Amino acid sequence: MADVDFGGVLREVCLDYVPEAKVGDYCLVHVGFALNLLSESEAQETLSLLQEIAQLEQEPSGGE
Amino acid sequence: MKAANPAPPLAAQATPGRPPMKYVSEYRNEALVGRVIDEIRQTVTRLWTLMEICGGQTHAIIRYGLDQLLPSEIELVHGPGCPVCVTPLELIDKALAIASRPEVIFCSYGDMLRVPGTGRDLFSVKAAGGDVRVVYSPLDAVELARAHPDRQVVFFAIGFETTAPPNVMSVLHARALGVTNYSVLVSHVRVPPAISAILSDPSCRVQGFLLAGHVCTVMGYHEYVPLLEKFRIPMVVTGFEPLDLARGILETVRLLETGKIEITNAYSRAVTMDGNRQAQQVIHEVFQECDRKWRGIGTIPASGWCLRPEFEAFDAESIFDVQGIIAEESPMCIAGQVLQGIKKPNDCPAFGKDCVPEHPLGATMVSSEGACAAYYRYGRVTIR
Repeated sequence: MADVDFGGVLREVCLDYVPEAKVGDYCLVHVGFALNLLSESEAQETLSLLQEIAQLEQEPSGGE
Repeated sequence: MKAANPAPPLAAQATPGRPPMKYVSEYRNEALVGRVIDEIRQTVTRLWTLMEICGGQTHAIIRYGLDQLLPSEIELVHGPGCPVCVTPLELIDKALAIASRPEVIFCSYGDMLRVPGTGRDLFSVKAAGGDVRVVYSPLDAVELARAHPDRQVVFFAIGFETTAPPNVMSVLHARALGVTNYSVLVSHVRVPPAISAILSDPSCRVQGFLLAGHVCTVMGYHEYVPLLEKFRIPMVVTGFEPLDLARGILETVRLLETGKIEITNAYSRAVTMDGNRQAQQVIHEVFQECDRKWRGIGTIPASGWCLRPEFEAFDAESIFDVQGIIAEESPMCIAGQVLQGIKKPNDCPAFGKDCVPEHPLGATMVSSEGACAAYYRYGRVTIR
């Protein structure tokens, strides 16, 4: 079991399914269990990809 | 009449005074969502019908008004991925029979309590003196069993694949601790057989699927490959924030417009092809596949999980001898067609009149993930 910070609220969470978890990791929690660790690099990559779509959109129309 | 609770602004960030939740707030960025929706508008050239499988996604789509932002060529129909909604009536009746027994402490996730069985719900059992308790986690129910060795603690183990790892772990935990007064009433269902049933129906209009991100967090998405090959329909693993949903829809539309039959992953920060192997192994240690009845839909072969015979000592159905209970559903409720994407909640003559969240006819109006409840709560109800 470990304490997980939900945006300021601490809750005890079972880590049996993510034994590799380290202090400071982000995890997805469902009914008191961490089901996986969030990939920070994938999260950043998705955001960059979407930013790119946003920029492509903006260029032909001359921006807003 | 309009129901209350207008959609929150997309830019809604964390609670004031608290830091924004990392990897949540970024995915609620209103400007970015708008851009992705513009891109969808530029990509689409004809009518497409997509289904989001998961009730959590249905609620997010309606809550943030994404269905109204999308170009009119795209129709979203709502799938059966709400565990409370599809739990069959007779399982509710079994729960009511068990919860009414004086020696039982009956534990459940909160939204099961108002789901009507044939005659009443778990709240009325509680009102009549039954010991019915809401728990946050199945481990809380195991703790209750330890604290009350003279009582029988029964946990209502419902859910899709996402909830299976917690529910099976509670059984293993109870066994490891030597707790003999804990049991589970199991009603577990799986997404792939449901997709297969929906696509096999001749009236199915669905052309692309947004797969349920958190189910895939546990199971991965390799088990959808045979469905892709059989039904020739694109699928995109999709998350739950507005930006995730917009991106999932964009990817599905791109696949449809280019005629590609593929599965892609638009929720890669939480999902891998393999999923959580350790969790899958534990699920299969405790559960085996079984046929399962879905409320409003009927029996879907091999669509559920039940306890393996070696865990019979934890099976509430056999301990309390309720296997014989059967029940017929109300003919008035169209929840079954709503759950299969054939009808929308506001196609139902009872919607918002005879059927409201306070007095639901069917489970789709009860559950926090039900499509009818989402339409009612976020103002998609017009009463003439």
